[in-house]
Amino acid sequence: IIVFVRMKLKQLESTLQDVQGFEHPSVKLEQYPTSAHMAAHMLYTIDTVYDDIEGKCVLDLGCGPCILGIGAAILGADHVVGVDVDTAALEIARSNCDDYDVTDSIDLVQCDVSQFQCRGGDHPGVSSRLVDTVIMNPPFGTKIQGIDMVFLEKALNIAPVVYSLHKTSTRDFILKKVNEWGVQGEVVAELRWAIPMMHKFHKKKTLDIEVDFLRFSRSTT
Amino acid sequence: ERQQTLPRPLDSIHMKLLTHNLLMCNNKGCNMNNYPLHIRPVQVERKEKQFNEAFMRHMLGKLEWSAIVSASKALNFVVPEEIPAEQDEPFLRTLHQVINELDVVSGALVCSNCNREYPIENGIPNMLLSEEEV
Repeated sequence: IIVFVRMKLKQLESTLQDVQGFEHPSVKLEQYPTSAHMAAHMLYTIDTVYDDIEGKCVLDLGCGPCILGIGAAILGADHVVGVDVDTAALEIARSNCDDYDVTDSIDLVQCDVSQFQCRGGDHPGVSSRLVDTVIMNPPFGTKIQGIDMVFLEKALNIAPVVYSLHKTSTRDFILKKVNEWGVQGEVVAELRWAIPMMHKFHKKKTLDIEVDFLRFSRSTT
Repeated sequence: ERQQTLPRPLDSIHMKLLTHNLLMCNNKGCNMNNYPLHIRPVQVERKEKQFNEAFMRHMLGKLEWSAIVSASKALNFVVPEEIPAEQDEPFLRTLHQVINELDVVSGALVCSNCNREYPIENGIPNMLLSEEEV
């Protein structure tokens, strides 16, 4: 008998505490690091409830320091691709992957998500999607308007299942929009993200934002 | 530029053919014959990695095989032109070597249609378009 003992949530969160964040976070790119707490909760749910990580090919779109990608690798994703536009963020991601000894499972690609062409279902003549699952914490669109939906649309072109974080205030708009794309969205959980206010112009120390942890999948035909 | 095989440095990120299998030309207006990208390798390393038969079988149905064939050739590796009818363990082990154990450290990805080159530096392919191209 082989018994698989899944890593406990607390263990995963504790393990991810040492992921280094951005050194000089860009305001324009909305570079706020995903906390170990939030990453662990997301990943643990994706793994234990939906089984969308272990043995799968996972893509972290807008990976930044790559905490989601690293967590996926730890939970048994067999191949992870982290994609980010920012050179500095990718160097931190590289260093984190080294520290966590997951460089065998993770590749990094530098790309602007709005420019990213990925072999997937929207290119006629090219076969099925290679990536099983996208897991991401995309920018919310407070600086570059609409960028959250750009990320989401790209993600859904890449993989049949997408997990993402979006402001709760945009929930109705998002769920309606994805239906137009032939996609079902569900709210997995409502989270409160205490974003550390790291810049000089921020008056408070943290900003609590209500975010939805959403799961998207194509309606099966 | 000739391909070199050097002793492996400390663990780091490198591009595997599994990732190459995903990538297309991003250039505006480049819509046909933009996949797969041709690999022009400069530095490639081989590193033994854990073989996972279940994952190989899972991936086999999702890989674009023609891209595996051309990418392998660029790295001086031979795979069957077509996926064999019988996908036994020796075949899967060869596939594992090709898509997981060949680490492209540096070189370029080149589009056969528009000739756009995407450099691979320190194992990371740079797919960013320039300001003029956007």
